[in-house]
Amino acid sequence: MIKQISVFVENKPGRLAAVTEKLYENNINIRAFTIAEAGDFGIIRMVVDKTEEAYNVLKEAGFTVRLTDVIAVEVEDEPGSLHKIAKALGDAGINIEYVYAFTSEEHKALIIFRVSDKERAKSVLEKLGVLFKGEIK
Amino acid sequence: MYWNPAIERLSREELEEIQERRLKALVNTVYEYSPFYRRRFKDAGVHPSEIKSLDDLSKLPFTKKQDLRDNYPFGTFCVPLSQVVRFHASSGTTGKPTVVGYTANDIRNWVESLCRALVSCGVSSEDIMQIAYGYGLFTGGLGFHYAAERLGSTVVPISAGNTARQVELMKDLGTTVIACTPSYMLYLSEYAEEMGVDIANDTNLRAGIFGAEPWSEETRKRIEDKTGILAYDVYGTSELSGPLFTECTERNGVHIWADMFITEIVDPETGEQVGEGEKGELVVTTISKEALPLVRWRTGDITYMESDKCGCGRTHPRIMRTLGRADDMLIVRGVNVFPSQIEHVLLQIPEVGEHYMIILDRRDDGLDEMTIQVELSDRVSIDTTSDILNLEKKIAERLKSVLNVWAKVEVVNPGTLQRFEGKAKRVIDKRKI
Repeated sequence: MIKQISVFVENKPGRLAAVTEKLYENNINIRAFTIAEAGDFGIIRMVVDKTEEAYNVLKEAGFTVRLTDVIAVEVEDEPGSLHKIAKALGDAGINIEYVYAFTSEEHKALIIFRVSDKERAKSVLEKLGVLFKGEIK
Repeated sequence: MYWNPAIERLSREELEEIQERRLKALVNTVYEYSPFYRRRFKDAGVHPSEIKSLDDLSKLPFTKKQDLRDNYPFGTFCVPLSQVVRFHASSGTTGKPTVVGYTANDIRNWVESLCRALVSCGVSSEDIMQIAYGYGLFTGGLGFHYAAERLGSTVVPISAGNTARQVELMKDLGTTVIACTPSYMLYLSEYAEEMGVDIANDTNLRAGIFGAEPWSEETRKRIEDKTGILAYDVYGTSELSGPLFTECTERNGVHIWADMFITEIVDPETGEQVGEGEKGELVVTTISKEALPLVRWRTGDITYMESDKCGCGRTHPRIMRTLGRADDMLIVRGVNVFPSQIEHVLLQIPEVGEHYMIILDRRDDGLDEMTIQVELSDRVSIDTTSDILNLEKKIAERLKSVLNVWAKVEVVNPGTLQRFEGKAKRVIDKRKI
């Protein structure tokens, strides 16, 4: 399990920059990033190297920000990796609510999930031997 | 504790006897000395000699804010200016300003009224009162100032604004009672928090007297929960003199001193008196004012009245919390909407904060569109977009059930909506009529 930061932002020019500016000022590196947009607003989800610090600077800057535990898996950066996991979860009847992925030098490919049944998903992924238990650097 | 125990506990019959005597004197005075009232009475076909008892009150014409504007500045005064010792004036945001004049007796009676009120909600000569209503032409600051001093309380005449200083002096001087608008109290407590001052634990503040704008029971609860103080409602308008009446410690309505004022509740559309306990517009006749006496003054405040004896022992009638302003009323798609109703709904939803804006616009197809902006609180979950969409939907549905008209709800980040230090202006009407 790793910590994901989610931030509520109004859908207006400059709002994303206001978030990224705070992170940049504090030398926080974004490892993975996605925006879910819904009309007047969006929710930024990201995984960063210094999670607590990022949470605090965004909170102090007045953003509505939350920390959530999400499941991450680490797989080889090669064809079929995501498929193997998606199929295992699907076969077990577990719904994937959102997913995003990133690769980096330190890690192989990391895939982040939010699923309908976190505990069962963990055991399915553990059996596959892909559950990420390290720390994001 | 009473300020004027003999008067405050008079029987209803005794009060009505005073009212009748003073009403007869009033109609004679205004007819004699004010060309405005004389013309008004003649237009209404009523002569002072026809006013023989309190039951005849309804024969008299109403006086409205527009009358004061039309006769600006002194056309409605009933004494020569040589007897006037002070002016107050309302800001002219919705038209020409209105001017109120006071004789020395008017000031004395204003002080008497507010002293009775302050004692009724537990203020004494032991208190240190921080007066954060504006001083100057607005009646809030000076009104409280004179009464608190007369009472022997220690006054901190800080006026409105300069919030950092308010917090600092509150702490350093040991303020026990504050007088300001309820929205300013919320702002001040937020500000204090940012300064690292917890009003409940770091100050001696024990009570607040809040008014000059409509507010709700939910706001009272929020203020009390946040600051640990007791919040009391104050009522009065500049035309009636200024802040005059507060809740007593029973907190079951605001006592209107019947030896000085006659109160009626009327249907705002027809002007007919409504029954005891029924909702309508408060109408006040001043029976002890000299410079600017008001006959059946339409306050524009929607409320209801109860006149049974109060648990505090006072016999004077009570008006309940102002439910809205007859002229704050918004008409959206033909439906009457009071901003106070919207506030009431929002304050019951823990996922949003207490600041909000109402934006009215007219779509190209001619239909009105009402958008309510409200800030997220720290209780909201924001993992998925549907968390927010469901919250907006929940608020919209609650609003619809109360207002009978749909509003679009937009949540925004905390701290992004405008804060108001004086009267809150929460409605932006972009409709071109």
